[in-house]
Amino acid sequence: MTEVHPHLDGTPIVNDFCITFSTVNGSGSATANNILLRSLFRMGIPVSGKNIFPSNIQGLPTWYTIRVSKDGYLARVAKDDIVVAMNHATFAKEQEFLVPGGVLLYADDIKAPITRSDIIVYPMPVKKLVKDADVAPKLRDYIANMVYVGVLAQLLGIDLDVIHQALQYHFKGKEKPIASNFGVAKAAFEWAAANLQKRDAYRVERMNATEGYIMADGNTSAAIGALYGGMQFAAWYPITPASSLAEAFQEYVPALRTDPETGKQTCAVVQAEDELAAIGMVVGAGWAGLRAMTSTSGPGLSLMSEYLGLAYYAEVPLVVWDVQRVGPSTGLPTRTAQCDMTQAYFISHGDTQFIMLMPGSVNECFEFGWRALDLAEQFQTPVIVMSDLDLGMNQWMTPKFQYPDTPIQRGKVLWEEDLEKMLTERNGDWGRYLDIDGDGVPYRTVPGNRHPRSAYFARGTGHDEYGRYSEEAETWERVFARIARKFETARLVLPKPEIRRKEGARVGILAYGSTDPAIIEAQDQLAAQGLPTDYLRVRAVPFADEVYDFIRTHERTYVVEMNRDSQMWQLLTINLPDDCRSLRKTAHMDGMPLTADWVREAILAQEEK
Amino acid sequence: MTNQEVRSTTNAAGLTRADYKGAPSTLCQGCGHNGIASQIVAACYELDIVPETVLKFSGIGCSSKSPTYFLSRSFGFNGLHGRMPSLALGAMFADLSLRGIGVSGDGDSASIGLGQFKHLIRRNLPMVYIVENNGVYGLTKGQFSATSEKGLYLKHQGTNPFMPIDLCLEAIASNATFVARSFAGDPKQLKELIKAAFSHRGIAVLDVISPCVTFHNQDDSIHSYTFGREHEEALHEISYIPPREEITIEDFEEGSAREVTLHDGSMIVLKKLAQDYDPTDRFQAIRVLEEAAQNRQLLTGLIYINPNAPTLFDAYHLPETALNRLPAEKLRPTPASLDALNASMA
Repeated sequence: MTEVHPHLDGTPIVNDFCITFSTVNGSGSATANNILLRSLFRMGIPVSGKNIFPSNIQGLPTWYTIRVSKDGYLARVAKDDIVVAMNHATFAKEQEFLVPGGVLLYADDIKAPITRSDIIVYPMPVKKLVKDADVAPKLRDYIANMVYVGVLAQLLGIDLDVIHQALQYHFKGKEKPIASNFGVAKAAFEWAAANLQKRDAYRVERMNATEGYIMADGNTSAAIGALYGGMQFAAWYPITPASSLAEAFQEYVPALRTDPETGKQTCAVVQAEDELAAIGMVVGAGWAGLRAMTSTSGPGLSLMSEYLGLAYYAEVPLVVWDVQRVGPSTGLPTRTAQCDMTQAYFISHGDTQFIMLMPGSVNECFEFGWRALDLAEQFQTPVIVMSDLDLGMNQWMTPKFQYPDTPIQRGKVLWEEDLEKMLTERNGDWGRYLDIDGDGVPYRTVPGNRHPRSAYFARGTGHDEYGRYSEEAETWERVFARIARKFETARLVLPKPEIRRKEGARVGILAYGSTDPAIIEAQDQLAAQGLPTDYLRVRAVPFADEVYDFIRTHERTYVVEMNRDSQMWQLLTINLPDDCRSLRKTAHMDGMPLTADWVREAILAQEEK
Repeated sequence: MTNQEVRSTTNAAGLTRADYKGAPSTLCQGCGHNGIASQIVAACYELDIVPETVLKFSGIGCSSKSPTYFLSRSFGFNGLHGRMPSLALGAMFADLSLRGIGVSGDGDSASIGLGQFKHLIRRNLPMVYIVENNGVYGLTKGQFSATSEKGLYLKHQGTNPFMPIDLCLEAIASNATFVARSFAGDPKQLKELIKAAFSHRGIAVLDVISPCVTFHNQDDSIHSYTFGREHEEALHEISYIPPREEITIEDFEEGSAREVTLHDGSMIVLKKLAQDYDPTDRFQAIRVLEEAAQNRQLLTGLIYINPNAPTLFDAYHLPETALNRLPAEKLRPTPASLDALNASMA
């Protein structure tokens, strides 16, 4: 941010500002906010929206921020250019976040004092406009938020046609709600045109920067990805912020996974009694040859730890989505974090290893939705996908989903003829846990296989290559070493990190997941300030060689993440004991998505030392 | 029949009794669980079940070791303590033509797994659920379980101060569709009940009192052989008649037998003993269980049945082909569908 605000010298600010809507939860503001978000997106302007909400159903403050950025930066910004205040309880606080020259729009029945003299203030006659509208009295409260949609459209320069299109999209063409919502927005637009003298600098103009993009949230995208990945069984238990992932199945299974020939559905979803049962069901399904997954958040992941250990040792393929929130315990259940990284890495008792995938965008949530199922079956082991609330629950503009570029990978499954062929070739020698190919990955049969040699007894107790119970020391060590080998094979084919380089960089930034937009923006800002950096985004654990090479080839690497204890730094440190001295902890967790400002300042502060 | 004759006889599936056997038991000599495993073998043989079409499940404990002692040619999964039900539920979705049998114990189902036990019942997953109930933790060497009687004295723990959980009552309270109790020392009744359980379309809960000869076989305890033999109060004599077989009930006196037709066309014939008992009456089922508890009787037989309740799978629209045999092209929607989806989100 420059010292003198552009507005103060009269320059218009076009497609580069941030709006925060302050409302009360349960008041129907989500519709209004989504309408504005989608309208801006439809105008071709890069835009992002973030919902900051309480763990509550009705009556507590909730905020929504929309950032428009002609340069395509989608990270959160801590300061507001425009505040729309509909909640008297937070009115005083709201004003503090406004930049000089910023705009305060507020419902004129809020009688609290205006404490800032360097902002532009527009009161809105919300009650009156809603009362005059042709709306049933019981719906008035829900539709009141459309007033600010109309006023903002007029002030910023959004066509009413675009608002109407967004309403059509939102209400899926249902005429009644479209008409009532549009009626209020239009009345407010006309009121603003007739009564407000525009004194601020903020405007939007059509661009062509959203071509090839869609608007979606990460949870829905993960579910859709899984359906394209041939998911056959999902079990889940409600938990914020993961519930909407499993709920998306309900919406998309009928269209995407109904067999056109039989009219039957090719997957099943079960709401379990708890996370202990959800993971148990998924272990059963994965063992029985179904592509199986569950979705949860940190506390639920804790409950899954024992079955994950069994799945590791009995070699059962399955996928767990962890949509992270602030913990431990109930923590801040509606706020975002990356604080389950070490939990996932070390989950379960005994020596275990887990494949972890970290999507960095909504598009990648779709991709990992299907890819995780492939990897789980290829390596006959649990795959934990580390998403977070920000990615999972917020609407993001993201490149269109790409159709999977590889066929569904079922891994080494033997049906009757396959087993017969193998037995013939190998003189009758086959065992469930026998490493025939030398890659650590055995062949498996699944229930329903009628071959008399196919059955085996899966168990968490010690077993040999043929699945037989064994407490022999050598057998345990041999089988366990073979399982470890499997992860070395997996490491080579897991999604590689993405590297964004800057000319002359000697300093590295390493990050993962939803912080991607903040890091990119910070990287550009640092370069502009004379500190070029290279940025590596880790996408999978166990780490690829490229991650180690990146750390070794940079003088210092800042490991940026949203937690208190620098969890990724910890994981890198134990994997790279000889080269970890160049790693710098750069961690922050307050429940809010990282901002580029924080990342930049945190790195600069350490650079100055 | 001599042993030789037994071995050479085949059932309608073309299999001998040996085809249903498991590995030799490693449980204690005389353990009630071994008798139950034998009756599972006998029931499956007599029902002509192909072993490859059965899935075996268990949790953790002595009872949960049993699935290795029967049906070696069946797939099995020995899961976590108390969490066999969820494991079975997920697996049974893979192929609806398969039958499931879960073997659990009182530690497994009445303590750590009570929640999963009841929720599996509530969902009416079609499978046989046997609880080998010995009223004690055997594998950890003799601690009280949740089905131990109040006042039971054990060497290391002293006297049990708490009332037991009755798994049959728990099952009925959870809307079970088949609830039976038997005694490991009554192989004839046990076998008939196992056969009926396999034919039931829905969850079939069999609470089998199975004495622990090492840690808990005190003559005056309800979980002992002596007590069972002396206090077993059978509700009826039970006969199972497979489907399509001509039904002959001459053995039973007119008016004293009650027939229950199961979903697959087979039939259970219950011969009246002391009382006129209707196993389709849920209120009566609860009443006789309460009375037996008060009178310190071991009530055995088919306590409750509802043969026509919808199962878990009736709530889904799954294809004829087993889900786990669907080819990849049935599992991945078309590129055109993704184009449409992208367009709808643009």
